[in-house]
Amino acid sequence: MSRREKTWWWIAGVVILLYCLFPIAWIVSLSFKSPADIANQQFLPSTATTENYSTILTGSASDLFLPALRNSFGICLIATFISCILSMFAAYAIARLDFPGKRLILSAALAVAIFPVISIVTPLFNLWRQIGLYDTWLGLIIPYLSLTLPLSIWTMSAFFREIPWEMEQAAQVDGATTWQAFRKVIVPLATPGVFTTAIIAFFIAWNDFAYGISLTSTSAARPVPAALGLFSGASQFEDPTGAIAAAAVVVTIPVVVLVLLFQRRIVAGLTNGAVKG
Amino acid sequence: VTTTTLPPGSRTEPVSTPPGGISDRSRAERKLGWMLAGPAFVVMMLVTAYPILQAVYYSLFNYRLTDPENKSFVGLGNYWVILTDSLWWQAVLVTVFITIVTVVVELVLGFALALVMSKALQALRPILRAAILIPYAVITVVSAFSWQFAFSITTGFVNSWLSWLPGIGADTDWFGGKWSSLLVICLSEIWKTTPFISLLLLAGLAQVPDVLQEAAQVDGATWWQRLFRVTIPNMKAAIMVALLFRSLDAFRIFDSIFVMTAGANGTESVSFLAYRETISRVEIGMGSAVSVLLFLCVVLIAFGFIKGFKIDLAQARGEG
Repeated sequence: MSRREKTWWWIAGVVILLYCLFPIAWIVSLSFKSPADIANQQFLPSTATTENYSTILTGSASDLFLPALRNSFGICLIATFISCILSMFAAYAIARLDFPGKRLILSAALAVAIFPVISIVTPLFNLWRQIGLYDTWLGLIIPYLSLTLPLSIWTMSAFFREIPWEMEQAAQVDGATTWQAFRKVIVPLATPGVFTTAIIAFFIAWNDFAYGISLTSTSAARPVPAALGLFSGASQFEDPTGAIAAAAVVVTIPVVVLVLLFQRRIVAGLTNGAVKG
Repeated sequence: VTTTTLPPGSRTEPVSTPPGGISDRSRAERKLGWMLAGPAFVVMMLVTAYPILQAVYYSLFNYRLTDPENKSFVGLGNYWVILTDSLWWQAVLVTVFITIVTVVVELVLGFALALVMSKALQALRPILRAAILIPYAVITVVSAFSWQFAFSITTGFVNSWLSWLPGIGADTDWFGGKWSSLLVICLSEIWKTTPFISLLLLAGLAQVPDVLQEAAQVDGATWWQRLFRVTIPNMKAAIMVALLFRSLDAFRIFDSIFVMTAGANGTESVSFLAYRETISRVEIGMGSAVSVLLFLCVVLIAFGFIKGFKIDLAQARGEG
């Protein structure tokens, strides 16, 4: 590659970096602005302050934000865990066994994945009120499964298909018991796929807004995105912009950490079973 | 939503059945298969099929949550009211507009991103990959807020940065009109979802055989000719799958509109209309009817894509 060509690739790379990070940089910058600075119409604050972070973590908005953060973590982790367990069994069956329902299950997962969330919200809103699941953790965990399960089944069965299952028999021939063969051979091979699926499922649950805003009414179960959406409406404090920006940064930190640690796996998980054979 | 197509081997291989019925072994395997996959299947059905049937039922009633005594059967009356109301058609128009604009821009931009990533220098590749995952992983609501604050007349920097453009000044209110609001909504959506498309296209690009590229090059094809005659035709399946899933996803747009305009100035999407009827106005009957119509739209789009473009989901695995 010529020197000139190389320079162009560098420029293209830097443009992509800017594209990806610019809106994040902006919200971070906004979160460090003081109330006087918020409307300065500049990208950067004139003096950086952590005032907004104290507002949401210890100050007037903390009773809105902290319970929401706890709800988000709790609900998303439980939903991710349940859907991983369920899809682990399903994916194992799809990858290894021969049974007529295979295609039906994969098609059902596909159909559920394209389902409009709002169409489920209306009947659930009414049903949850009748049976007392409205504004509870369980009331969100159940619909979250409709978001995380289809994807988990697809991603995990794509991963499981690549496992050389013959190695299990090979280990048994070498004198390992069934349990040993499973634990020492299959579990280590399957773990990366399960783990990657869990990360992607967590992203999806963490991103939910429609369920969160429709099926909760108090801080008993309201997750962060929904709480953020309502910050602007309710005038709990004077100008919510700085507090919203700070809260947005806080909820973005976990996903950025996951992305940085597991980028290679996440890309494999997103495209595995998609376009790769 | 993630985009997936049938993983390899999902077609049931013919089971060698002995004459006179299935063997005990395959019967046991069948039973085990359902025992393992059954729970996931049942849960999926319970959380989607059941609510949508319930919605179909409610949609036939005039039913307001605050006034349950006056619940009355109106047949298809709700549908008639909706389909003759300009509010519905405006929401459909806005939704179709957002879907077409975002999907087209995302496809072109995503393809460019994928091309750069596939050719990028080794040193840059991991950094680019991490960066490109960030918009994908960031919450939609956060993206919407970021873009809203950037364009806002009070907190934004965009007006001062773009003041050299004719027609843009400190008092340009992007959220004051329908089309300028929709523009910012589309920008936020495009920013967030383009990286995902580009990852799918990148995986598709990797499937285009190098031999073809080299052959075309030897034959003297220009870069553009190779792009349109070799690269794109060979990754048609990947493009179609990305297109299908993104269209369905875009059609369900809700979060960004809720955050950025709350449906003001005629920026209401179909999802937002359904939300407003059900949750804000507690018109369960009417809201259910909108939900059912939204569902039918999505089914129609999916069906249209699969039939119209003859997308064989199995083909997208590169076996076609």
